[in-house]
Amino acid sequence: MTVTILTVDDSRTMRDMLRMALVDAGFRVVQAEDGLHGLDVLRGEKPQVVITDINMPRMDGFGFIEAVRQDAQYRAIPILVLTTESDDEKKLRARRAGATGWIVKPFDPAKLIAAVRRVAA
Amino acid sequence: MDPMAEIRLTFFQECEEQLTALENGLLSMQEGDSDSETVNAVFRAVHSIKGGAGAFKLNALVNFAHIFETALDRVRSGELVPDVDAMKLFLRAADALADLVSASRDGGVEVTAPYVAIEEEFNALIGGGGAAAEEDEFANLAFQPIITAFDEPPPPPAQNVFTIRLRPLRELFAKANEPLALFRELARLGTLTSICDIKNLPFLDTFEPEDSYLSWELRLETDSQRAAVKEVFDFVEGDCDLAIELAQSATAPPPPEMDITAILRKVREEAPAIAAAAAAAAPPPEADAAPKAVKAAVQPTIRVDLDRVDRLINLVGELVINQAMLTQRVLHSSHVRDREVTSSLEELERLTREIQESVMAIRAQPVRPLFQRMSRIVREVADATSKDVRLRTEGEATEVDKTVVELLADPLTHMIRNAVDHGLEGPEQRVAAGKAPEGTVKLAAAHRSGRVIIEVSDDGQGINRPRVLQKAIANGLVPPDAQLSDSEIDNLLFLPGFSTASTVSNISGRGVGMDVVKRSIQALGGRISIASAPGKGSTFTLSLPLTLAVLDGIVVTVDEQVFVIPLTAIVETVKHEPSRIHHLGDHSFVLRVRDVLVPLIDVGAELGVRGPTSDLRSGVAILIETANGTRSALLVDNIQDQRQVVIKSLETNYMRVDGIAAATILGDGRVAMILDVDALVGPRHHDWVAAETPLAKAS
Repeated sequence: MTVTILTVDDSRTMRDMLRMALVDAGFRVVQAEDGLHGLDVLRGEKPQVVITDINMPRMDGFGFIEAVRQDAQYRAIPILVLTTESDDEKKLRARRAGATGWIVKPFDPAKLIAAVRRVAA
Repeated sequence: MDPMAEIRLTFFQECEEQLTALENGLLSMQEGDSDSETVNAVFRAVHSIKGGAGAFKLNALVNFAHIFETALDRVRSGELVPDVDAMKLFLRAADALADLVSASRDGGVEVTAPYVAIEEEFNALIGGGGAAAEEDEFANLAFQPIITAFDEPPPPPAQNVFTIRLRPLRELFAKANEPLALFRELARLGTLTSICDIKNLPFLDTFEPEDSYLSWELRLETDSQRAAVKEVFDFVEGDCDLAIELAQSATAPPPPEMDITAILRKVREEAPAIAAAAAAAAPPPEADAAPKAVKAAVQPTIRVDLDRVDRLINLVGELVINQAMLTQRVLHSSHVRDREVTSSLEELERLTREIQESVMAIRAQPVRPLFQRMSRIVREVADATSKDVRLRTEGEATEVDKTVVELLADPLTHMIRNAVDHGLEGPEQRVAAGKAPEGTVKLAAAHRSGRVIIEVSDDGQGINRPRVLQKAIANGLVPPDAQLSDSEIDNLLFLPGFSTASTVSNISGRGVGMDVVKRSIQALGGRISIASAPGKGSTFTLSLPLTLAVLDGIVVTVDEQVFVIPLTAIVETVKHEPSRIHHLGDHSFVLRVRDVLVPLIDVGAELGVRGPTSDLRSGVAILIETANGTRSALLVDNIQDQRQVVIKSLETNYMRVDGIAAATILGDGRVAMILDVDALVGPRHHDWVAAETPLAKAS
């Protein structure tokens, strides 16, 4: 079965890059533009993995992760966060919010796929 | 297109949007808005640009954005409360960032003094945190085993055996990590055997479904090093008890340690060449990658190719013509006016018009991005002239046709430059004149009677009329003894080659005069006028059509020829019995309209359709008003109809004709010329400004 991945990022560039890399690796990709939108798409598409940015309008990545983790139906979904540098503080906050792992931007596709593989059931 | 190149295009489009959002936010902050969402939006804009730039290895852009972002982060966290100077620095940095984005897009980035200067100011502001970006880069490079990129033979495979003990804590599962996925990753590194320890598993009655009871002992035979093994557990660190032991070291001697500095040197040598090649490979973004309007609120939108919209607009234009033809044919061919047919035709006309308006609305864009660009111009000119200037904008949400918005950028830039450079006085001079030291330039847009009005005003010294007149006389533009009204003197500014500054400053002195501004506004079907009060300031008013595609006009005939007079220019039709007509020379006449004399223009003779008419009493006189408010009467044979016509450019399809603005196709298939009222009235009769030949000769 094709694994569906939800990417949540307000930057079109980043969404496009993620889509390209993930589709190349055989994943199905659905997209959202911010946390609130992400929750909508999550409920509609039921993805197996979520990749989310942190800085977003309306609802940021931390808020999004917390919301997913509080939802009985979706809280077991692995969530990877995108961080710009290897920023330990942000990583820590993301983990505290319930993030499964992280991807450092700019990512190289092989590392992205490896990170997804490491969390995808 | 190659997908990377396409994403690169998206990136630069998005940069434009981010830059607009950035400037927007900074300007609100400057106005005192310290709302956290505003600051966040500003931060996000820079952050996004940096993120995308990193993906395309635009290092100059990444580094600059990083320093900028670091400073903004301090503001966001409340550590730094920006004062007036800091806000100015942010705005200048936003300008520099915009420049860097353009430079990166066009392929040539030179980190020149202005950037370095801003970076240094940032470092001073935030206490030297700016070097962090570089450190990060090296940190990343140093731990990536990039063996394949080098010519040396790969080190011989060496088998290490690791013993790994893993006991997940319940947090590991709460964060949706999964031991199985980790084991799968380990298995990719070599041969993995696992033993699961179930001795902590409780009886079912005490079994807590969300707790963790299992632990594992794993044995991994691999040619990888410890770091690679440890990396697999990166995400679960802290959420499990983990022990990785090297049970048996590789029998072969370890590979010679790689010289990190040599690698770094090589990377540094090759990186620019690779980056340059990548930049060269990507095509420059298309012209239509223009900045898009920033959404005020989140609204569902779609992106459509401009070509498609234009095709739709052209088709609708054809539809309008066709509908008019159909109506005319039906009404002419049937002897009996069938009421149902007539009402259906009317309904069709109404629908067609509605479709047309809706389609036009697609092309309509708010002037906000255009106005925002102007705030940068104001800052630059204010800096260069050491004046304190505040730009106030009004009516940014006013929508205008996209092409009009784009073509307005240059004339508006020039007018804003003029307003700051020539219009406003220096601070001391202003204080001496009893004004606030800070000058104000106002940019306002509004819809008024089917047109868009844009005003550029300043509260400066006003037009120095004696000097303007003196200059015009010195340049031979008017005779030395000319008696000109104030408004006529003001309008001298629009004469080709006129320049008021006694020395051409490097701000306005680009060889572009107000005559060029006027011409570009006219090319858009617009008009420009000046109002000025000495000591109080000047206002330039642009009046522009809402769209370049259709126009409401009155269809008139002159000697079998059909012409369209734009409705916006028409005041009324007037009586012209002989007693009201006065001769003024051989072929010039004036008409008395309510005790005011206005030039009476015989359109047929003026355009050379026929010779001067001998019978001025026949026909209809139409009173029109030009852009600068002067009135004239046009004499035509007959008024046929009032209708909306689709504008077909004469200039692109044929050539420019004086007195004619464009052409259109009427319902009966005939081509009609749309009169350029301003030009028609201008040359010989009233308007000093539009004179093609120096007035000295004309008089």
